[in-house]
Amino acid sequence: MPLIAKQIYFGFLFITFCIYSFFVYTSDTPSDAKELMTTDAQAGKVIYQQNNCFSCHQLYGLGGYMGPDLTNVISAPGKGEIYTKALIMSGTQKMPNFHLNEQEINSLIAYLKYVDKTGVSPTIKYSINSDGSVNYNQ
Amino acid sequence: MIKKNLGLAFITLGLIALLGGLLFGSIAALQFVFPGTLDSLPFFKNRPLHVSLVVAWVFLSSVGGIYYYLPKFIGAPLYSERAGRFHFYIFVLTGILIIFSYFFGKFGGREYWEFPPILAIPIFISWIIFGWNYFKTVFTTAKNWPVYQWMWGTGIFFFLFTFTESYLWVLPYFRNNVVREITVQWKANGALVGSWNMLIYGTAIFVMEKIKGDHSMSRTKIAFLTYLLGLTNLMFGWAHHIYNVPAAQWIRYLSYIISMTELILLAKIIWNWKSTLSESKKDFHILSYRFLVAADIWIFINLTLALAISIPAVNLFTHGTHITVAHAMGSMIGINTMILLASCFFIINDATDKNYTTGEEKTIKSGYWIFNISLLVFFVCLIIAGAEKGIGIVVDKLSFAEVMAKINPILIVFTFSGFIMFAGILMVVIPPLKKAFAQLRK
Repeated sequence: MPLIAKQIYFGFLFITFCIYSFFVYTSDTPSDAKELMTTDAQAGKVIYQQNNCFSCHQLYGLGGYMGPDLTNVISAPGKGEIYTKALIMSGTQKMPNFHLNEQEINSLIAYLKYVDKTGVSPTIKYSINSDGSVNYNQ
Repeated sequence: MIKKNLGLAFITLGLIALLGGLLFGSIAALQFVFPGTLDSLPFFKNRPLHVSLVVAWVFLSSVGGIYYYLPKFIGAPLYSERAGRFHFYIFVLTGILIIFSYFFGKFGGREYWEFPPILAIPIFISWIIFGWNYFKTVFTTAKNWPVYQWMWGTGIFFFLFTFTESYLWVLPYFRNNVVREITVQWKANGALVGSWNMLIYGTAIFVMEKIKGDHSMSRTKIAFLTYLLGLTNLMFGWAHHIYNVPAAQWIRYLSYIISMTELILLAKIIWNWKSTLSESKKDFHILSYRFLVAADIWIFINLTLALAISIPAVNLFTHGTHITVAHAMGSMIGINTMILLASCFFIINDATDKNYTTGEEKTIKSGYWIFNISLLVFFVCLIIAGAEKGIGIVVDKLSFAEVMAKINPILIVFTFSGFIMFAGILMVVIPPLKKAFAQLRK
């Protein structure tokens, strides 16, 4: 394969990749995900990262496997805000007590409330199409 | 010590990182099935230590290979030896800081780059230095680059691109929209893995060519078409990670279509199978070749799994389960580690004049089989655990606690096989590591 052909193909791919990346960065997301992140939720997100919560927990099925997916922990039947707060404050056999203060716990809850409104995980309702694609949560 | 042995220094450190990564991984697995084990170093510290050290193994050994092969075999003396050494020292210093940050529970980053974001700066600088040195070294011969040089160059270039992309979350536009942030994070992570695959597969082609003494392998049309197909998948084939995230539908469809082009690679492997097998018998006595043969088989297994989980209807049941872990660990251990061990054996044999003793060779060969058989058990356990979890959650609507109670016995077998695999890798790695140390001390 001549050098020029390789360069043209590489160049074409890279330009396409840049355009594609731009569209991924600016593509539409649910309006809840755009609008509802309060200052408190932003602080909660920082706490989530600083305590490396995703080493054990998942959001949208992405993260660790030690603990449950937290995407909808706030709205899940039998769980919710009080249950989540109690677990954070006391820890469990698997989860250490991170000794967060009340303000930090409230921020973390605000973040989880925000995530809860953006979508559903794990997928509960779905339909599978003949081409192998899936309609999620419909 | 590293003045004349830059490549060797990188891969020696890489082998140490591998052993460290396996140690923390084994402790983490134990903590997973027996909570409360070693509370002084909890799981949330062990996991990033495991992941970061294994990622360091991949980068140190593949970069070390490039530093070694360029002047010694490709006839391209490094543009700047000093820049190479500087790269090494930045890597070591940043690595130590990252390890300390994990030990002291100082996080702040995202999954796979959990350290405080400020430490991303020296990593970025070290890759700029490496890229500059690499392209300056090989630029004048661009016309005749074999495919592995294209792959190395592509790997470096895309590492810089995707590493930068993986830190877009520091900008409020991305950070304050969880759906966008997760989408971009996994776009970056997917392509990042593709970038290190470029470094590793390029190394595999180089080592294979040297063992065979056939320099045409890396210049064929098929080699370049395969590279370009891999590159296309690196760029556009990542979205199976986020099929269930409520991002735009077109992102999923495009990725699904692109991922299916990997069927061509699968067909090629099956097509070449017969000749590969007969040739493998001939050269199986060569230690580095042995690891390439194992990698070939693991590529077949992992590519089949990767294709399956790229189909949304299958991904629905596998996403967020241990099948994803099987995909990640199967590729990291079965493919990447096998290829990089082949490269390490090749380099250490070339750099040192002493042969292995009969006892050492026996240990390595036994370790090789223990490593591969336990990896198979490890992999199968993860597939079974993942399938049970996927069906349990998506179909049977069980709670997380119920599913975990159900799969715990299989995870105990998985942990046990992990320990045996660690023992096998120790048997493989200790003899060459001793040789490398002796050479570096000279």
